[in-house]
Amino acid sequence: MELFSTESKKIINDPINVNNPISLQVLGICSALAVTIRLDQAIIMTLAVLFVLTSSNVILSLIRNYIPARVRIVIMLSVIASLVSVVDELLKAYLYDMSKQLSVFVGLIITNCIIMGRAEAFALKNGPSKAFLDGVGNSMGYGLIIIIVSFFRELFGAGTITLPDGGAGYVLWSIPDSWYAAGYENIGLLVLSPGAFIILGLVIWFQREMAGVEEDA
Amino acid sequence: MNFLKKILAESGKLFDEGKPLSFAYPLWEATDTILFSTDSQNKSGPHIRDNMDIKRTMFFVVIALIPCYLFGAYNIGYLYSEAMGISSSVMNDFIIGMTYVLPILIITFIAGAICEISFAIIRKHEINEGFLVSCALIPLTMPPDVPLWQVFMGTSFGIIIGKEIFGGVGTNVFNPALTARAFMYFAFPTKISGDKVWAVGPDGYSGATALAIPANPVEYDTASNLFAASTQFDYSLTNMFWGLIPGSIGETNKLLILLGAIFLIYCGIASWRIMVSCVFGLVFTSVLFNLLSYLTVDGILQSGGTPNAMLTITPLQHILIGSFLFGTVFMATEPVTSSHTNTGRWIYGFLIGVLTVIIRSINPAYPEGVFLAILIMNMFAPLIDYYVVQSNIKMRLNRNV
Repeated sequence: MELFSTESKKIINDPINVNNPISLQVLGICSALAVTIRLDQAIIMTLAVLFVLTSSNVILSLIRNYIPARVRIVIMLSVIASLVSVVDELLKAYLYDMSKQLSVFVGLIITNCIIMGRAEAFALKNGPSKAFLDGVGNSMGYGLIIIIVSFFRELFGAGTITLPDGGAGYVLWSIPDSWYAAGYENIGLLVLSPGAFIILGLVIWFQREMAGVEEDA
Repeated sequence: MNFLKKILAESGKLFDEGKPLSFAYPLWEATDTILFSTDSQNKSGPHIRDNMDIKRTMFFVVIALIPCYLFGAYNIGYLYSEAMGISSSVMNDFIIGMTYVLPILIITFIAGAICEISFAIIRKHEINEGFLVSCALIPLTMPPDVPLWQVFMGTSFGIIIGKEIFGGVGTNVFNPALTARAFMYFAFPTKISGDKVWAVGPDGYSGATALAIPANPVEYDTASNLFAASTQFDYSLTNMFWGLIPGSIGETNKLLILLGAIFLIYCGIASWRIMVSCVFGLVFTSVLFNLLSYLTVDGILQSGGTPNAMLTITPLQHILIGSFLFGTVFMATEPVTSSHTNTGRWIYGFLIGVLTVIIRSINPAYPEGVFLAILIMNMFAPLIDYYVVQSNIKMRLNRNV
């Protein structure tokens, strides 16, 4: 299969647009709400999911013909869990502050529905190269949404934009003090989880409107 | 009049399907129906004719709110003069107050109109007068010193998230005005959480509202004693009834709210069952809490920790403090978001009263609980209706066995 054929483009593009795992299938909402308080957390989370999802897709796709159907869930879980442990250890070793902030949510990637869902729905039925592209596409779709959500939550909730670096995050831009002096206030609601729901809801609304998706009433 | 009619009829052609201005048809339609009664007829059922159309309903609510506005403006000016230590005439107080009320009112209507009209144009529905009532209610729930851009955000949020995304007037789950209020409460807690005084005065002027006094007492005492000991404002029952106390713009004078309630009930717009059962629920729960406070302070249940002075607020004080009456009369009775069956209305109102006292007294973080109680019950109103209808069906089936 060619890397730049229309089919592979579709495999990557679909989960980013018309079949987005968060905004269309509404999967992986838990972590999308939990790690979107700051932009740098969302970016690192996206990278972690990218790694886990692509590798688990490729590995499961490679051994798909040797997995008995009855025990496939166990095997999928053990592959995903090992990969998540690798990511967790890597974060602890190289990005200690970030791993502190993300705390349990890295471990909870195991239970992220997107990863199990893609393994079950795609990797077990397709070859490794397609599974690889599917993993990239879906984690990009996931990442796109949580990065958008966290951007708005951090900007309007805390008044900063933080990018990841080796330590506690590099503040790219923060709302100048003169704005606060002029009467500007951060929207405290966005830091709370209801704020994440509202932003996520608006993003879903926008994306469905753009993708022209109509839900059956 | 004929001249105006002609202009409208002529200009109406420009907004027809396929004409350049067709996108703005809802605007023309709204102007037309506000000025003249419509001559278009229903082509299919239902053919119910009633003078109490949605416009008149909304209009009566706005009339009932006007006294609250006028007194609210006077009250702001009165408290301002008190705080500055100057004596000033009633008219002067009123004008000072108006300089705070009018900008909030104007901003609310601008924000509401922008949201409503843009949704009417995009979604191709008629401009609905419902937003006028929401916009008339929102300023009354605001403190006078609230920043105007926050009012703008809150109103847009209330109209869009509270109403438009559910499909507009008549299909909304939550009261739009309260959605706006709740958004601002959680988004900008420093300005309107309800524990600091909301009066306009010299810089740094601050104090405790009636609800904050028993919430954070220096030393435990009953709420009545704490109110009596408060020197900054007069929180006696009579004064709280007449409303010369700091608070949101429209909620302080209880007499005008009661007059509004009588007017709305007389016109058949608001449900008296909801209002009465709200008060029942409040009295029931606060009496329960009063008894509980005797047990915890004087009797068997006392053990470690400080007793909660909020539990000692008497039912009458609960009714007069804060915006309970305002919420009960103007918010809880909103026809769309409240229960539609009579039994359901009793349950709905009763639970609003219960939740109000629970949120006020038990939860230390939220001094005021009325709007949260109403929003929560808005959510349950369809469920209550469903079970009332089901039990009625069951009863009638059993009767015929």
